[in-house]
Amino acid sequence: MSFSVTEPSLRTKWFAGFLVIGYAIITLIPLVWIIATGFKSPADSIAYPPVVVFEPTLEGYVNLFTDRTRATEQMLEDAGPPTTWYEQIARDRGTVISGPSRYGERFLNSVIIGFGSTALCMILGTMAAYAFSRFKVPLKDDLLFFILSTRMMPPIAVAIPIFLMFRNLGLNDTHLGMILLYTAVNLSLSVWLLKGFIDEIPIEYEEAALIDGYTRFQAFYKVVLPQAATGIASTAIFCLIFAWNEYAFAVLLTSGNAQTAPPFIPTIIGVAGKDWPAVAAGATIFLVPVMVFTILLRKHLLRGITFGAVRK
Amino acid sequence: MTNPAIEGAAKKTPDGLARRIRGLSDRTIAWIFVAPTIFLLLAVNIFPLIWTIRLSFTDFRVNRPNNEVEWVGLRNYQRILSDPDIWATMQATAHFLIWTIILQVLIGFTLAFLINKKFKGNDLWTTIIVFPMMLSPAVVGNFWTFLYQPQIGLFNYAIAFFTGADPASFSMIGDVNLAPWAIVIADTWMWTPFVMLICLAGLRSIPDSIYEAAECDRASKWRQFWTITIPMALPFLMLAVLFRGIENFKMFDLVVQLTGGGPGNTTTLTSIDLKREAFERWRTGYSSAYAVILFVTVFGLASIYVKALNKVKER
Amino acid sequence: MRSKLFTTASAGALLAVTVASTAQAEDLTLCWAAWDPANALIELSKDFEAASGHNMSFEFVPWPNFADRMLNELNSGGQLCDLMIGDSQWIGGGAENGHYVKLNDFFDANNITMDDFIPATVTGYAEWPKNTPNYYALPAFGDVVGWTYRKDWFERPELQAEFKEKYGRDLGVPASLEELKDIAEFFQGRDIDGTTVYGAAIYTERGSEGITMGVTNALYNYGFLYENPEKPYDLEGFVNSDGAVAGLEYYKALYDVGTPPGSSNWYMGENIDAYRSGQVAMQMNFAFIWPGVEADENVGGGKSGYFPNPAGPAGQFAQLGGQGISVVSYSEKQDAALEYIQWFAQPEIQAKWWELGGYSALKAVVEDPDFATSQPYAQTFLDSMAIVKDFWAEPAYADLLLSMQERVHNYVVAGDGTAKEALDGLVRDWTEIFEDEGKL
Repeated sequence: MSFSVTEPSLRTKWFAGFLVIGYAIITLIPLVWIIATGFKSPADSIAYPPVVVFEPTLEGYVNLFTDRTRATEQMLEDAGPPTTWYEQIARDRGTVISGPSRYGERFLNSVIIGFGSTALCMILGTMAAYAFSRFKVPLKDDLLFFILSTRMMPPIAVAIPIFLMFRNLGLNDTHLGMILLYTAVNLSLSVWLLKGFIDEIPIEYEEAALIDGYTRFQAFYKVVLPQAATGIASTAIFCLIFAWNEYAFAVLLTSGNAQTAPPFIPTIIGVAGKDWPAVAAGATIFLVPVMVFTILLRKHLLRGITFGAVRK
Repeated sequence: MTNPAIEGAAKKTPDGLARRIRGLSDRTIAWIFVAPTIFLLLAVNIFPLIWTIRLSFTDFRVNRPNNEVEWVGLRNYQRILSDPDIWATMQATAHFLIWTIILQVLIGFTLAFLINKKFKGNDLWTTIIVFPMMLSPAVVGNFWTFLYQPQIGLFNYAIAFFTGADPASFSMIGDVNLAPWAIVIADTWMWTPFVMLICLAGLRSIPDSIYEAAECDRASKWRQFWTITIPMALPFLMLAVLFRGIENFKMFDLVVQLTGGGPGNTTTLTSIDLKREAFERWRTGYSSAYAVILFVTVFGLASIYVKALNKVKER
Repeated sequence: MRSKLFTTASAGALLAVTVASTAQAEDLTLCWAAWDPANALIELSKDFEAASGHNMSFEFVPWPNFADRMLNELNSGGQLCDLMIGDSQWIGGGAENGHYVKLNDFFDANNITMDDFIPATVTGYAEWPKNTPNYYALPAFGDVVGWTYRKDWFERPELQAEFKEKYGRDLGVPASLEELKDIAEFFQGRDIDGTTVYGAAIYTERGSEGITMGVTNALYNYGFLYENPEKPYDLEGFVNSDGAVAGLEYYKALYDVGTPPGSSNWYMGENIDAYRSGQVAMQMNFAFIWPGVEADENVGGGKSGYFPNPAGPAGQFAQLGGQGISVVSYSEKQDAALEYIQWFAQPEIQAKWWELGGYSALKAVVEDPDFATSQPYAQTFLDSMAIVKDFWAEPAYADLLLSMQERVHNYVVAGDGTAKEALDGLVRDWTEIFEDEGKL
C-alpha cells in the first residue's frame, strides 16, 4: 500500500473501528434479544430482572405452530401418553395440542405474495425501463416523476379507494389482489432503478446485434437482459424485501385467506396472555432469512440502496 | 418503413438502422413494453387517487351501504381544517419528523465518516449496522413494546443499569412525556443505517485529489472537514433528509405497533389518525378529504425542498 | 361406530345423528375471537363433527382486530362465516342491517326456549330490540368483568396486621370500590419476596374497547346511566350526571395511585401477564381468564381468589362481556349452521362446554346444585352474572364506542381536562351520532 496523505493513520482507524463496532453491537442487541426470547420458557421471558442465561426450550416454537387447549382429565385419558416430543412439551404445561396454528399458512402467504409480486414487477419493470431508456416516449420525464410521486402518498390514504375497488372486484383478501397491489407499489421504484441500470449498458451492443439481423425483441432479451442481470437482481431484492415487510396494506386488505405474516405475528397469543416466546419464535423465523440475505448479497444490496436514492 | 413518425420514435436508434429492423416497429415495441406498467399504475395509483378526490366531496360511509350518498361540497375540508385534534396530530407528527431526522443525520453521518476511515472489516460491520432497516417494521415494532416494558423489558433494565434508576419507575410507552421519545428512539434505531449509507456514498464521491490539494495548502484537518467534506456531502445529506422525511410523514406500521397512538393522543401520527377515521369510524368521505390534504401537504413540502436541493447541487 | 358412540356416552351425539341423517355433509366455518374459549370450542365441536358428518372450520381473530375484521366481513356481505359468535354489542347492527338470521321460528320448531338461559345473557346477547322477544342469537358464552386477587398475599399475617393498623379493617375481599382502591394503594410499590409489586391491573387500552369495558364498572356503580330511562337517547344529565363524574374521577384516582407504571394501554392480555408474573395484587378482567388463572403454575392452585365487581354509592353492577352465536344471513349453508346451534343448545353439550372452560349460559348448567362448588370461581361467576349491564348495542355502537374510548382514555390516562369535561364531550359526541342515525 503506497503512502497517501488521505490515508487515515492507524490510530484513527483503530478509533473509528472501535466506535463503529460498538454501535453495531448495540444495534444488534434487540435482534439478539428477539432470537433469544424465542428459546425461553414463558416464565423466563417475563422474568425480572431479565435473564441472559437460561435453559433453552423449544416451547415457543411448539406454541407458534400449534393451537392448544387446556386439558381436562377426561381429555388426557382419551388421548393417552404423548407420542412426540412436541406433544410432551404441551402436556408439561397442562395442555393438549388441538391442531396446527395459522402461522404456517401466513408464512406461506408471505412467500407467495412476496415472490409473485417480485416476479411480476421485474417483468413489467424491465420492459418499461427498457422502453424509457431506449425510446422516445411522449411525456417521458413527467411520467417518470409522476410514477415516483405516487410513493409519497401515505399507504393508509391509498388504501381507502383500493379497499373499495378491491371489494367491487372481489380482490379483497386474495393473493392476486395483494400481488397486483405490491407490484404497482414497487413498480415505480423498480422502473426508476432499472432505467438507471439499462442506461449504463452501451447502446452499441444492441446496434451491433441489430446489424447482425436481430429483431428488437431478440436484441432486448439476448443482449440487454444478460447485461442488466445484476441490476435486475438487486432491484428484485428490494421489491421482495418491501413486499415481505409490508404491513399497512396487509392489515387493511387481508384477513382470513391471504393474510401475510407481519400483521399476524403481533397477534399471536397464548393459552392465557401474550406468549412472548411464541411471538419471538415467529419473528425469528420471519426475520432471520432477511438477515442472511443481507449478509450474502451485501454488495448488491448496499449499492442498490445508495444507487436508488442518489440518482438524479 | 420510412414513416417519419417511426423515425421520430426511434430517435435514439442510429440513422439508417431503423429500416433494417424487422418485425414490430420501435414505436409499437415501446408501447407494448410501457403499456402494462402504465395500465397497472393507472388502475392502482391514479384511478384511486381520482376516486378519493371525488369521495372527499361526499358523505359516503362504507359501513352504511344503504344510506344515500350526498354531495356536501367543501364541508369535509372545513371540518378537518378547523378540528383542533387534527392540529394535535400534526404536532405529534412534526415532533416525530424533526427529531428522527436530527438524530439520524447526526448519528448516520458520524458513522459514515468513521466507516470511511476504511478500517479493517468495515464492510462486514456496515452490513450488520444495516440489519434493522431490512426488517419488517411491524414485527420489530411489536417486539420493541416488549423491550420497553417496565421491569421486565431490556431497555428499561439497561437504562436502570447505567443510571441507577428503578427500572419499574418509568415506562417509555406508557408515559405521556416519554412516549413521543420512545417512537423516536425505535425509528432512529431502525433507519439511521439508511442515512449512513447515503452519507457514505456522498463521502466516497469526494475525490482524493481535493484533499491532497488542501494538504499541500497546509489546511488543517478541521478546516478540510468544514470546507471540503461537509459542502461536498451536503447534497447527499439533504437527499437522505428528503427520503426520511417522506417516509416518516407516512409512518404507520412501527408506531401503530409500538404505542397504537397512545397514551392519549400523544403519538397519534397523521397516518394513525387517518386509519381510525377511515377504517374504524368508516367516515369514508371525510377521510378521503383528509387523505387529499395530506397528499397536498407532502407533495407541496417535497417540491419546495427539491427546489432548495437543486440550488445546493448547482453551487 | 356403535362402540364409539357408547364410549363417548354422549346423548347429544345420538340426537344430532338423527337430525344430520337428512342433510348432506357441509363445510361450516365458525367465526369467533382468538382466545382460550375458542380452543375449547374446537375440542367441543369434534363431537358435532362426529355426530353430524359436517366438517367444522374455524376463523379466529385476535381481540384487538376482532370487531374491525368481522364487522367488515358482515358489512360487505361476505360468506366467510356461516356461524358468527359476534360480540354482544353487534346484535343491533346484525339485526337491523340483516346480517343475522332471525331465530324465533327455528327456536319454536326445535323446542329451544330462551327461558332456559340466564336472563341477562338473553337480553345481552340475543335480543333486538332489547327486551322484546326477537332473537338473533343463542347465548353462547357468558362473560362478565370481575376481579382476581392474590389470596396468598392477602393472607400474610404481617400484611394483614399492617393493613389493619392503617385502615382499621381486615385485609380481605373489598366490599366497595373505595375499599378496593385502598387495597390497591396499600400494595402499590410494596416489596414482596424481593420484587416490587403494584396494586391492580385495570383496563386502559385505547385502540379497541379496553378502557370502556373497564371504566363502566366504576361509572355504573357511581350513578352513570346511558340514557334517560323515561326518554330514549336523552343523554344530558345521565351520561354526565354528578354520579357519573364521580365514577370517572374514581377510575382515574385508581389508575393514578394503584396501577403498575406504564399500564396505560392495557387490556385483557396485558392484565393477565401482569398478574401471572406476580406484578399485581389484583386484576380486573373478564371471567374467561379464570380457568387459566386457576391452572397457572405461578398463581393458580389456590393462590388466587375471585370476587365480583364491588359496589359503589349507586349500586353494584358489572360490565357484561360474552357473546351469542348467530347464523350469518349471507351463508349458503344456513341449514347446517342451524343444526350446529341446535346441537350446541343441548344441556349435555352445555355441561361439557362448562367443563372445558366455556361459560355456559344455560340455566340447567349453572343452577345445578354442584355448579357453585365445581370450580373456585363458579360462585363468583354466578354472582357477577346477576349484576351485569352492557354498553350500547345500537347499530352505531362502533361509533359510540370510539367516542367513549377517546374521551375516557384521554382523561384517565393522559390527564386531559376534567372528568366533567370528558363526559360533557361524550354527550356531545353521542348526541351527534344519534342525530346522524336519525334517532334524535
